[in-house]
Amino acid sequence: MATHTAPVNDQLKTHARPRLWLDVIHDWLTTVDHKKIGLMYIVYALLFLIVAGFEALLMRVQLSIPNNSFVSPQAFNRLFTMHGTTMVFFVGMPILFGFGNYLIPLMIGARDMAFPRLNAFSFWISAFGGLLLYFSYLGGDGLYGAGSAPDVGWFAYAPLTARVFSPGHSTDYWTLALLLSGIGTIGTALNIVATTLCMRCPGMKLNRMPLLVWLYLVVSMMVFVAVSPLTAAQIMLMLDRYLGSHFFDTQAGGSAVLWMHFFWIFGHPEVYILVLPAFAFANEIIPVFSRKAIFGYPAMVAATVGIGFISLSVWAHHMFTVGLGAWGNTFFTFATMIIAVPTGIKLFNWLATLWGGKIHFTVAMMFAVGFLFQFLIAGLTGIMLSVAPFDWQLGSSYFVVAHFHYVLVGGILFMLFSAFYYWYPKMTGRMLSEKMGKWHFWIFLIGFHLTFDFMHVPGMLGMPRRIYTYEADRGWAIWNMIVSSGAIFQAVASLLFVFNLVWSYFKGAVAGPDPWDAWTLEWSTASPPPPYNFAVIPTVESRRPLWDLKHPEDPDSNYEM
Amino acid sequence: MSASPAWLGKAGLIQSAIAVAPTNIFAPDGTPAHAIFGLSMLVLGIVIAIFLVVSGLLLFALIRYRHRPGAESTQEPAQIYGSNQIELSWTVIPVLIVVILFLATARVIFSTEQATKPGDAMDVNVIGHQFWWEYRYPKLGIVTANELHIPVSDPRHPTPAYLTMTSADTDHSFWVPRLAGKTDLIPNKVNVMWMDPQTPGLYLGQCAQYCGTQHAKMLIRVYADTPAEFAAWAAHQRMPAVQDPAVASGRAVFEHNACISCHTVAGTAATGRFGPDLTHVASRDTIASGAVPNTPQNIRLFVDNPAHFKPGVLMPQMHLNNHDLDLVTAYLNSLK
Amino acid sequence: MSGIAISHEPRSDEWVLPSRGTVGMICLIIAESAIFIIFVVAYVFYLGKSLTGPTPHEVLELPIVSTICLLSSSITVHMAVSALHRGARGLCSLWLAATVTLGSIFLAGTAHEWYQLIYHDGLTIQTNLFGTTFYSLVGLHATHVVVGLIMLSLTLVFSLRGQLNETHTPRLEVLSLYWHFVDAVWVVVFLVVYLFGR
Repeated sequence: MATHTAPVNDQLKTHARPRLWLDVIHDWLTTVDHKKIGLMYIVYALLFLIVAGFEALLMRVQLSIPNNSFVSPQAFNRLFTMHGTTMVFFVGMPILFGFGNYLIPLMIGARDMAFPRLNAFSFWISAFGGLLLYFSYLGGDGLYGAGSAPDVGWFAYAPLTARVFSPGHSTDYWTLALLLSGIGTIGTALNIVATTLCMRCPGMKLNRMPLLVWLYLVVSMMVFVAVSPLTAAQIMLMLDRYLGSHFFDTQAGGSAVLWMHFFWIFGHPEVYILVLPAFAFANEIIPVFSRKAIFGYPAMVAATVGIGFISLSVWAHHMFTVGLGAWGNTFFTFATMIIAVPTGIKLFNWLATLWGGKIHFTVAMMFAVGFLFQFLIAGLTGIMLSVAPFDWQLGSSYFVVAHFHYVLVGGILFMLFSAFYYWYPKMTGRMLSEKMGKWHFWIFLIGFHLTFDFMHVPGMLGMPRRIYTYEADRGWAIWNMIVSSGAIFQAVASLLFVFNLVWSYFKGAVAGPDPWDAWTLEWSTASPPPPYNFAVIPTVESRRPLWDLKHPEDPDSNYEM
Repeated sequence: MSASPAWLGKAGLIQSAIAVAPTNIFAPDGTPAHAIFGLSMLVLGIVIAIFLVVSGLLLFALIRYRHRPGAESTQEPAQIYGSNQIELSWTVIPVLIVVILFLATARVIFSTEQATKPGDAMDVNVIGHQFWWEYRYPKLGIVTANELHIPVSDPRHPTPAYLTMTSADTDHSFWVPRLAGKTDLIPNKVNVMWMDPQTPGLYLGQCAQYCGTQHAKMLIRVYADTPAEFAAWAAHQRMPAVQDPAVASGRAVFEHNACISCHTVAGTAATGRFGPDLTHVASRDTIASGAVPNTPQNIRLFVDNPAHFKPGVLMPQMHLNNHDLDLVTAYLNSLK
Repeated sequence: MSGIAISHEPRSDEWVLPSRGTVGMICLIIAESAIFIIFVVAYVFYLGKSLTGPTPHEVLELPIVSTICLLSSSITVHMAVSALHRGARGLCSLWLAATVTLGSIFLAGTAHEWYQLIYHDGLTIQTNLFGTTFYSLVGLHATHVVVGLIMLSLTLVFSLRGQLNETHTPRLEVLSLYWHFVDAVWVVVFLVVYLFGR
């Protein structure tokens, strides 16, 4: 069943001369192997997850009681800016593209990505962007004292970002770091499209690709039309700040709303770019642990493409309070509600996949189940926010913060944890500890719900976003205290997870090529795969080549719709 | 719809809810807030129903179809690849729900944004600043700051307050949850919103669009006055500043320092527009945009070091010695 | 022996996929188009909104010569690709040289135009909204022309040194795709800035 190539770990042990540390570092610094680059993206993102998580913890301590002075207002404003910016650009994007990088060539039977050197370049330029952003804590200068990370919020509304309101260089660190990471993102997206279209193994027609590959294809197409507006807007911002142009200079007749349009034309598709990979993982993991093929493959593809297109038309639901006019608000309400339809279809297809199956509650599946419930709730609060008049109350409040963290943490992060437990054996040759995994799951689940369920309440009680403290007479204190308490659970669970990752690398059970009895091509090669992935490029005849192999009497090719 | 629905219970329930959370969006007063409230109940109903059905099915599937170790445990279950009828139904039903929700929403959008403005509406121009609110009543010739007085509205003869809003610097947002949804104040753009509280009282809110360091303390206080109260307030506000000879030396300190370049005191040499109008500052309940109660000690502390209450506020330290500080505090206290 | 493959029929000769280079360049073009569209949107949005200063009508003249040169260079680069495809290497060098020349004339024309605007008409990027959006849009395009000219010049050098042959045709085609894109953007800029917007 597997290629008879010894896993890399064993090869290392039998190597005559032990490799110097310098050789190892050189290897990783100069590698163009998609698997190594994927792993670097993932580790990089995990490091930033801890940093940004720590920033969140500091904010939650500050907000746990009214009129607190744990951090200064200036420090708090930098914290929420850095937390948001880091999580979106230096955790979310790298980790999702890291998984994509690792898995896509393996899943389509290719030896590497289409442009391996571009792959490496994209990683290193994005990585540099993250370091540049954090250098701002050390290197930026401004009028408000030493250490000035950006403090304009992760969406950096104009004219707050103008030279006059944000003197010094803190805003410039934000702009430049994201410009660099944007270049990296576009490079990776280009690579994914070229790889998917040009390097599939024989027999793998587009409608036989694993759904993960389809979703990453759609994500990458979205990147081209979504990240570019942000790049353009940031160039405009730099021109305003340094060459005296007037793109967002309201004193010269410029428009603050124009920045909002450009940012959210990026910003909304961006959140779909973040969530679609989570859907991709669900599409692979839920069927395997239900022991059933995914229900409605063509509808899943169509729904994904639909989401991709519609997501480009809903951006101004972030701007319902800006004064778009009744017709503008009505249009964007409609478009936003419509996107719930294909999204719902996906959820129902997962439900139908579970239905009639034989569900194995491995840790990976537990996290996937958490994802299903939590994404349902997140989608429903999203529908609440799509109702423009309701958004006039709930927008820019903690209700929105709760909603999007429900998607990002309850949806995406849960599915990421699931993906880790599922593919870690393939990447390292070892199983993650299921026992530690169960502790990780339950502690994190409790913390997540303590924080983000109750976070909806202060929003409904009138608490706006981005405030470093609040009045005691508003009735928000008890809810903030509960929300903050949940953060501690999540921190503990995350540390346990990191420990599991490290411990299992050395002590985990040996995985073998196919520990989960799965059906896509990555499970047909060794764990971890050799640098060339497959000894012989496979030829496939259905969507689940390994199912056909394991069930020759009843292959998938008989049934594909 | 003006009064709270009867099923919300007695007034006591509402009042205790309000006492606990004076900015509760589910304790509406006035037409726009009630319109949103009614719509939000419909939305919540639909959303909760969907949640119960879908999560119920999910839970059922997870329990009913869990893998049980046994004789047939290694056999794979029947592989179902799809079903056109089922997939069609769960496409059509959500579309229908969307249509219903959309139509209900569109109605409220238009009724709020394109409401006919009655002739008796109270016009207020609101200009957002870092980090305070400027209120100008064009028809009454009043300029004030941070505490907005509007007349209560009688549903039989409505006198809503129409706020015409823009910003002098960065983006802000006017949010008084019990009275209306929020509307943004954007430089170089004019937005209009309206509200018509029917119960006299104080309504709280705050800036809801991050505008800089002291965004958190840009608080809003809306006083819905009875007609008599409002008339008295307006008449008083129209008068120029009190000129009390007892605080003449304090006034001198005020006028010989840079205070006058940022603040206005009507009828004196102070005509600055960068900071709040101080003509009747002593008649307000709070200072520093609602951040602290208006007491002589707080005024003194604020003038001595504005960053004491609001680190990052744009008013600089005036570096007055204690003597001058006492004098100018007494002066400001006299500006009733 | 790998046991993955289900079918042992040789399918590779029937299995034809698009070329990576072309797909990659198309992706890049899509992304760059999105950036240009945003700058064009800003330009159109701010038409007539400048508070002061010269208007497009007052200072812009149709850049006929530059435009003809740039658009012709699309033809010449296409001829270069055909020549290389046929193996006519000398001719390829000629057409490449023509392309570089025409592109350079375009840039010179832009430089001349900007010189006039800045020193004689007093229009800079700081002057007003028109200045802001004009220089950024035309400047962004000019930057892309510069990058294209660098690539084309390098290719010309390779060609002159006799290092190009028929097998390099797909790569030259990918480069020519980029150049056609740059020309297409100019068509849009010309229509929006010099015709519609004036």
